[in-house]
This record gives sequence, C-alpha cells and structure tokens, in this order.
Amino acid sequence: MIQFSQDKKMAQWLFLALLLCITPWLCLFAGGNYWVRVLDFALLYIFLALGLNIVVGFAGLLDLGYIAFYAVGAYCAGLMASPHLLNSFAHLKELFPLGIHTSYWLILPIAALVAGIFGVLLGTPTLKLRGDYLAIVTLGFGEIIRIFLNNLDRPINLTNGPKGINGIDAVNMFGLYFGKKLNIGGFSIPSVILNYYLFLILVIGVVIICARLQHSRIGRAWVAIREDEIAAKAMGLNTRNLKLLAFAIGASFGGISFSLSESIVVLAMVVLGGMGHIPGVILGSLLLAVFPEFLRAVLVPLQTMLFGHVVVDAEIIRQFLYGCALILIIRYRPNGLWPQMRAS
Amino acid sequence: MALLEITGVNKRFGGLQALNDAHLIVPKGLIVGLIGPNGAGKTSFFNVMTGLYPADSGVFKLNSQIYNPSAVDEVLKAGIARTFQNIRLFKEMTVLENVMVGRHVRTSAGIFSTIFKTSSQIIEEKQIVDDAMRLLAYVGIENEAHQVSKNLSYGSQRRLEIARALATEPLLLALDEPAAGMNQTEKKELQLLLQKICDDGTTILMIEHDVRLVMGICSEITVLDEGRVIAQGSPETVRKDPAVIEAYLGLAHHG
Repeated sequence: MIQFSQDKKMAQWLFLALLLCITPWLCLFAGGNYWVRVLDFALLYIFLALGLNIVVGFAGLLDLGYIAFYAVGAYCAGLMASPHLLNSFAHLKELFPLGIHTSYWLILPIAALVAGIFGVLLGTPTLKLRGDYLAIVTLGFGEIIRIFLNNLDRPINLTNGPKGINGIDAVNMFGLYFGKKLNIGGFSIPSVILNYYLFLILVIGVVIICARLQHSRIGRAWVAIREDEIAAKAMGLNTRNLKLLAFAIGASFGGISFSLSESIVVLAMVVLGGMGHIPGVILGSLLLAVFPEFLRAVLVPLQTMLFGHVVVDAEIIRQFLYGCALILIIRYRPNGLWPQMRAS
Repeated sequence: MALLEITGVNKRFGGLQALNDAHLIVPKGLIVGLIGPNGAGKTSFFNVMTGLYPADSGVFKLNSQIYNPSAVDEVLKAGIARTFQNIRLFKEMTVLENVMVGRHVRTSAGIFSTIFKTSSQIIEEKQIVDDAMRLLAYVGIENEAHQVSKNLSYGSQRRLEIARALATEPLLLALDEPAAGMNQTEKKELQLLLQKICDDGTTILMIEHDVRLVMGICSEITVLDEGRVIAQGSPETVRKDPAVIEAYLGLAHHG
C-alpha cells in the first residue's frame, strides 16, 4: 500500500515536470514568442515574490522598497557584463583589453551578495519600526535607490541615468548562450524558451530553499518574531540579527532576478496568493503576471469586434480589474487565495 | 546556596519610583514566591530582572556570576526563562512549533546548513522535534501537539508557555502569575506540575496573587510593596509579619 502511494506520488511529480517542460512549447505554437516571453516574466515574478515572501510572509516585515534590491542586482549584473564601465573610466580599458565579460556563474552570487548587503543597510535603521511605519520608510528607501540610479550619470557616469546600460552580454550558462536560439541537429529552440528553462531552474531552486528555510530553526524563529516579538526575545532569539537575515536573504533573491519593475505589484502577488505560503505565492505571481497580458490580448479585439474601435485602453481596464480583484480578496479571502492550511 | 542574587534595584518611570532598592535571593532548588498588593512592582521587578526594561541601578548575580540584564535574549542565554502575565504564545504556530522555537538558543543550524540540508542539520532538526514532544508530554499536553496554539484552552496555554520556557534549559524558571484565570482543579494540577519541575532540578521563581497557592507551594516568599521589599522568609513568618498584613489590608486594620 505504501509502495503504491509512493509510486503515485512519483507519477504526480513526473507529470508536473513534464507539464512544466512542455508548457512553453504549447504557448509557442498557440501564440508565438510573445506568450512565451509572458511566461518568462511570470517566472521572474514568482522568483521575486518568493524573495519578498521571506521578508513579509515569514518574518512579517512589511517591506515596500523590496524592488530596489532587484534594481541593485540588475545594475550589478549590467555593470559586470557590459562595456559601460570601460566607456566611463578610460584607464580601466588597459586593465581589461577584451572588455568586461564576467561569467554569470560569478555575477549571480555577486549580485545576490551586493543586494543582500543593501538589504542589511536598509534593515539596520528600520529594526525598531513595525507595520505601517516600516512600510513608509522602506517605500522611501526604494524611491531613493530609484532616483539615485536614475541620476547617477554625473558627476561620474556609473549608471548612464535614464538611458540605462546597453550592450549587456546575454546570459551564458551551462555552455549555452541564452541570447540566441539553440540548434540541436535539425531542431532549434528559440531563445525565449531557453530563458524559460533557465528561470524555471532558478525558481525551482528558490522554492526548495524557501521550503527548507520555512521548516527550519531559522524559519520558525522568523515566524515567532512575526507572531510576538517580545515573546520571541524572551525565548532568546536575537531578533535584530534574524530580521537582518530576512532582509538580506529576501534582497539577495531580488538581486538575482535582473530587470526593473514595481514593488507594489510584487507585494500584491504575495498578498493575493497567501502570505507565508509558498504555493500560494507562486499562484499569486502567476495570476498577476499573466493576467494583464491576457487582458491586453483579449480586450482589444473584443472591443474592435463590438464597437468597431478601441473604446477603453486595455491598461485602464487592467488597473480597474486589479483594484476590484484586490478589494474582493480583502473582503472575502483576507488570507489570500491559497493560504497556509493549519490543523484545527 | 543562592542561585539568583539581586540587590539594590532601582527603577523609575517618570515620576513613579517603581522599584526602590529592591532585592531578592532565590536559593537553588526551591520554589520562591514574589508577592505583594497590586502595583507593588512585582512585574516591574520581573521585567527588569529579565532585561525587558533597563534598570536604573542594581547588581544582578546568577549562579554567583554577575550578569547584565540589558537584553532579554542575553538574560535567557544566561539561564533565566520567563513566562508572561498575559500569555504570549506564538498564536498562529502549532503547539509543537512553539516549543521548537524554545529550542532555538540551544541549537545551532545556520543558514547554509539549512539551505544545503546537511546531515547535521537533519539530525538536529529531528532532535528538536523529539525534545519538543518530550516536553509537551512532560507538561501533559502532548495530545494537542499539532493544534494551532491559540485554539488551546486557557490552562493548556499556560502549560505550553511553561514547556516553551523549559525548552531553553533554564537554571531559573520565572513565572509571572502562572495560575491567573485558572479554576481550583487547574490550580491543583499546576501546583503538581511546578513541584515536579522543581524536583527535577529547575529552580522556580513565581509571582502569584493566589495566597493559598503561594503558601502551599513556596518554601520562601519575598513581599514587595511600593517598590520596596517589606518582608522575606518562610510562608509562616511572612503570613504573620505585621508589615505584610498592613500592606495587604491597609492602615485601617490597626485602628
């Protein structure tokens, strides 16, 4: 009987793995590259939301500046894999005659580390703040980082300001170039699908890390701090270090996923899915990442069909539906769509 | 031999002198009571002693070693675990998880051994579960191990808080009104539990309002009034002490 249930479990996992592997191909055939790219972004958001879930869901620290760490990581990667630094600092050119092309195996841990350090930098002055107050300060921090990066093209050109950093190397890992399509025999895999697999591996890695952390001494300590900080201290927990650790780990996850977006959306993913519950967070990210693209694809043709032209922009309808959805969630499912189930 | 020796404690909150040169000695292996009328400074004394509030002055010795009650977690590591007057459990965590948090300071798995799930981390984690279950059985709530702790009955919540404190392997267990809100049966059971804990080698210091319970279980009692120690000794001496009677019943009693 036990053997049977184990086999069944195995079969379920295999089925899931197969499904995850063929999904991008289905999307590709059904809707072309565009939909696979949407899928890529969904995975990236899952990654981010899982990082934020450590800070907000586990440790209960409402961090609205989270996306700043994403930016820090992104710029870190950009500077280490583009000609930008060499263009800004002429004397560096002699040191790197071939240009800076850091391996992504090095960039990932460095971006994570730098973002983690920024996480601690933000965390330290906010340790005594809770709830709304923490949210306000972290929101401010996020804005500072954004404005700072946006204006750091003078006096020394570090970030190239709003124009951004160009000529970043495509990701090159496992001997694969993720920037162009891969030909195996007569069979070619488009770069968007390669990216999908790369993100998928990262997401699976993060899910495993999160799950392990959650059911560990450290994960329990975070939840204890969320539940009652004074009692947690009275149990001998060093709440300062534990909070900083949450900030640092969450931030380093943010640092790994390279590109820019909005904190609130990621927070909405965590809240919508179910704070502190890993499958819930994944569901929330998937919904909020795919849903707007879905609307964009459906609403425009629908309006053209009904009225002959586009009456309301899809983006506005999206924001409207977002608002409605969040209000409904708060009213009817305050713990999220798929909250943590507790024995009762 | 004195396990805990505290002298010259002063604590002022604005215009209120909450503790006025208070002192306390807890001999090893006994159950000691700290009593006094409402507002006498009992809980303030507890909070200062365990590092929740900073003391204005005072000398704190545990096991003949001076300790500095500047941070709660440091005091706990030194060996004093406490419970709270208004129970402070990790409400959304299960009963078992609450006690497992108590094992935190006596275990060591770090972030890397957790992420890579090293064999030592797996063994330690299993040990934490076993220790926590054993403690739940010790206080008699092992059947409720997987309940969410906020769903427990009042008496069980008190027991859980004690189990969680014991999980930190304290030298001294400091209980702030452990019997508050309990009925007579529950108080009787609590008394047996505390006696058992003491017999197994953990010294207990308790604040308690129920005079019958204190007199029945404590071998030493210290009485506080208006931040000052007004009496100290065995239950019989304290019961007859005129200063204690006056503090509890007021001057009118003499008139």
